[in-house]
Amino acid sequence: MTARYGRSGRIKPQGDRVETAIWYLMRVTGLALFVLVLTHYLILHVLHEPAQQDASWIATFRWSSTFWRAYDWSMLMLVLFHAFMGMRIVVGDIVGGALRTGLLRILYALGIFLLIIGTYVVLTLPNVVPAG
Amino acid sequence: MLVRYRGGEGMLAWAFHRISGVAIWLFLVLHVIDIFLVGYAPGAYDTLLVIYATPAGIVMEWLLGAAVLYHALNGLRIIIIDGWPRLTRYHRQLWYLNWIAFALVGIPVTWVIFGQFARAMGWWPR
Repeated sequence: MTARYGRSGRIKPQGDRVETAIWYLMRVTGLALFVLVLTHYLILHVLHEPAQQDASWIATFRWSSTFWRAYDWSMLMLVLFHAFMGMRIVVGDIVGGALRTGLLRILYALGIFLLIIGTYVVLTLPNVVPAG
Repeated sequence: MLVRYRGGEGMLAWAFHRISGVAIWLFLVLHVIDIFLVGYAPGAYDTLLVIYATPAGIVMEWLLGAAVLYHALNGLRIIIIDGWPRLTRYHRQLWYLNWIAFALVGIPVTWVIFGQFARAMGWWPR
């Protein structure tokens, strides 16, 4: 158990600043997502029934609140980073060489695409004022 | 493979973390696209919602919840061990603690989602 493995016996990046930053960010985003995602699931899948959450329900109730739009957008950014950096590790563990480079490019392109469409909808979906 | 290769709890914890992580990633890709449809094509979103609300969809919803809960609890265990490396000695016990928390949260949530399932099956009234 030398420095590379640390006292925990778990690999922590050494020397490479980008890898070290990602290692910490995975933990920071993970901790934030622990709260954000579990609360999201609790509210929308346990306290409310998903079957009732059609497009007009989202526009009228969920996203008529700036708080929930901001909540969902924060969660979107954090979860895309966490999920795509996690998949980067999975891809790196399974394939190597040119295939890894190619798959990672597709992965990053997909992540950026999802960030764009997710941000677009959270910013532009019109508020519908509930009737009555 | 997971049974034959005797890596013990640590290996299982890692394998479950990875399997649940990839599964959540797959759902995330779908979920960002479906929420995009709320703005771009609300009718298409409502059609998709009907599929999500089928009994099979509700089983998937339940499995998603289990994957998220496991990944969250085990992730917390990883963060704790990385932050306080001396706790590595107790990584098994911490993993058992994960499963206790998993059951405590999972059982009531399962009951609620079973209610959605029973209504989708027509067993219970809406």
